[in-house]
Amino acid sequence: MAVPGVCLQDFPLWSGGPTPGHFYNFPGNSKMNTGKSHTMYPSTSGTSVVGLVYDGGVMLAADSLGSYGSLARFRDVKRLFKVTDKAALACSGDIADYQFIREVIEQKVRDDVCGGYTRELNAGALHCWLTRVLYNRRSRFDPLWLECVVAGYKDDEPFLGYVDKIGTAFEAKEVATGFGLHFAVPMIREAREKKQNLSCDEARKLLTECLKVLYYRDCRAHFKYQLADITPEGVTIHDDLNLKKETNWEVANYISGYE
Amino acid sequence: MEAVKQGSATVGVKSSSHAVLVALKRASSELAAHQKKIMPIDKHIAVSISGLTADARVLSRFMRTECLNEQFAHNQALSLNKLMERVGAKMQIATQRYDKRPYGVGLLLAGFDEDGPHIYQTCPSANYYDCQAMAIGARSQSARTYLERHLDEFRSSTREELIRHALRALRDTLPNDVELTNKNCSIAIVGKGEDLSIYDDDDVNPYLEGLDQEERRGGAGGARDAQPPAAPTAAAEEDDAASAPPPPPTDEQPQGDSMETD
Repeated sequence: MAVPGVCLQDFPLWSGGPTPGHFYNFPGNSKMNTGKSHTMYPSTSGTSVVGLVYDGGVMLAADSLGSYGSLARFRDVKRLFKVTDKAALACSGDIADYQFIREVIEQKVRDDVCGGYTRELNAGALHCWLTRVLYNRRSRFDPLWLECVVAGYKDDEPFLGYVDKIGTAFEAKEVATGFGLHFAVPMIREAREKKQNLSCDEARKLLTECLKVLYYRDCRAHFKYQLADITPEGVTIHDDLNLKKETNWEVANYISGYE
Repeated sequence: MEAVKQGSATVGVKSSSHAVLVALKRASSELAAHQKKIMPIDKHIAVSISGLTADARVLSRFMRTECLNEQFAHNQALSLNKLMERVGAKMQIATQRYDKRPYGVGLLLAGFDEDGPHIYQTCPSANYYDCQAMAIGARSQSARTYLERHLDEFRSSTREELIRHALRALRDTLPNDVELTNKNCSIAIVGKGEDLSIYDDDDVNPYLEGLDQEERRGGAGGARDAQPPAAPTAAAEEDDAASAPPPPPTDEQPQGDSMETD
C-alpha cells in the first residue's frame, strides 16, 4: 500500500461481502457467537465500604482484605485511594476491576495536569463519569464488578455518592456497600437522629464502631482498615489502622465447638 | 488569514465579571437578511465568527458536542481552556495533513467558567490566544486601537459600560456614513450569575441608545462636532491628535465575492 493509513475500509471494492482478514457472517444465519464470554463473577473481592458526611468534611473507611471466596487471602489490599485534593474513591467487589479503574482514573488526572487545566477533577464529576462508564459496561454485558463510593467536594459542598456495577448511582449523607448497607447505615442514621451535625472526632468514632460491628458480623471482613478524611484543605488517608485490640471475643468461649 | 480579514468586524471584551461579544452583521444584498455572526455554544459560551461561515459552523458544531459530552459524562460545564485546547488540536490537523485545508475562519469566544470570564481568539493557523479584549475582521485595527486605549477601564466596568465599550470599538470600524443599527449589530453577554444571552434586532435597541450622539474617535476619521454626552466612562479627550491612521483602501470589501465571508 503506497499511501499509509488508507485501507480497504475507506475504499471498499465491494459492499456487503466478505472483508479479507476478517470473519464473515453469512447472511441468513443468526449472529454467530464470537466465542468470547465475559467474566460474570468476581474472584478476589473486597467487602464493605462505609462513608458519611460530617460537619466540616466527608469520611470514608474500608478494610484491607481481599477475599478469595471464603479464604482471607490478601490482608493488605488498599481499597481506598485519593484521586485529587477534592475526591477520594473506595470500591468493594472485584479487586482486579478496582485496580483497573484506578489506573484509568489516575491517567485521567494526569492528563488534566499535563494539559495545564486549572480545575482538578472533583467528586461530583468523578461520580457522574464513573456512573456512565459502569452503566455502559453493564449494557455491553461486560461489567466491572464494583460497588464504589465517591467522597469529596463538589463546588465547595461536601459530596458523597454511590455507584453500582449495574450503574445505579445516588448521592446521600451516609453511604455503604455490601454488608455495610445492612449494619453500618442504620448505625449512622441512629447517631444522626441524636445529633444532626457530627464533628470530626464523632464521625471517626462512629465509623470505627461501624467497622468493628462489621468485623464481628461479616465473615469476609478483617480488622485492618484504611480511613480517608476529606476536608476543604484536602484528602488525608490513614493507612494500616487496626481495630483488633478493641474487639472482644470472650463470647467465643461460650460457643460449643470453639477451642 | 485573508478570509478572516475580509469578514466583517467583531469585537470581544471582558471585565472582572462579564464577557461581551459584539458583531457587525453583513447582508450580501439588500434582499438578503443579515448573516448571523454570533453562535451560542453552551449556556456559558458564545462564539463570534469572521471568515468562511461554513467552516465556522463545523467548528461550532464540534464545540457544542464537546460541551454536551462534558455535561453528560461529568455533569459540569466545560472549562474554556479545555475547550480551546481541543479546538486548537482539531484545527492544527488541518494545517498539517496534505489532504486538508486550514479552517478559513477566525473565532472570538466569550465564556464564563470557574476561573471567571474569558475572551479567546483563534486563527486559521490553529493558534489560540487568551485575550483581555480583541477585535477581528475588516477594518478591525481601528477597533483594536480603541480597545488598547481604554484597556485599563475594562476590568472594573459594569455590565452596561462593558457593552458600550464594545459597541464603540465596533463603531470605529465603520465607514463614516454607516451607523450601527439594530439590523446590523448583534450582542452576546455572559457573566457571573448570568447565563449567555444573545441580543438581536429589537433587543439591541437599549444598548444602542445614545451611541449615535457620541463622538467617534479614530477609524475613518471624525469631522463630527457633536459633543459627547456625559459618558459613563472617564474616556480621555486628548486623543484627537492620536487618531489611528485611516485604513488602507485595499481593506474595502470586494464586491461580487464568490466566497461567503461574513
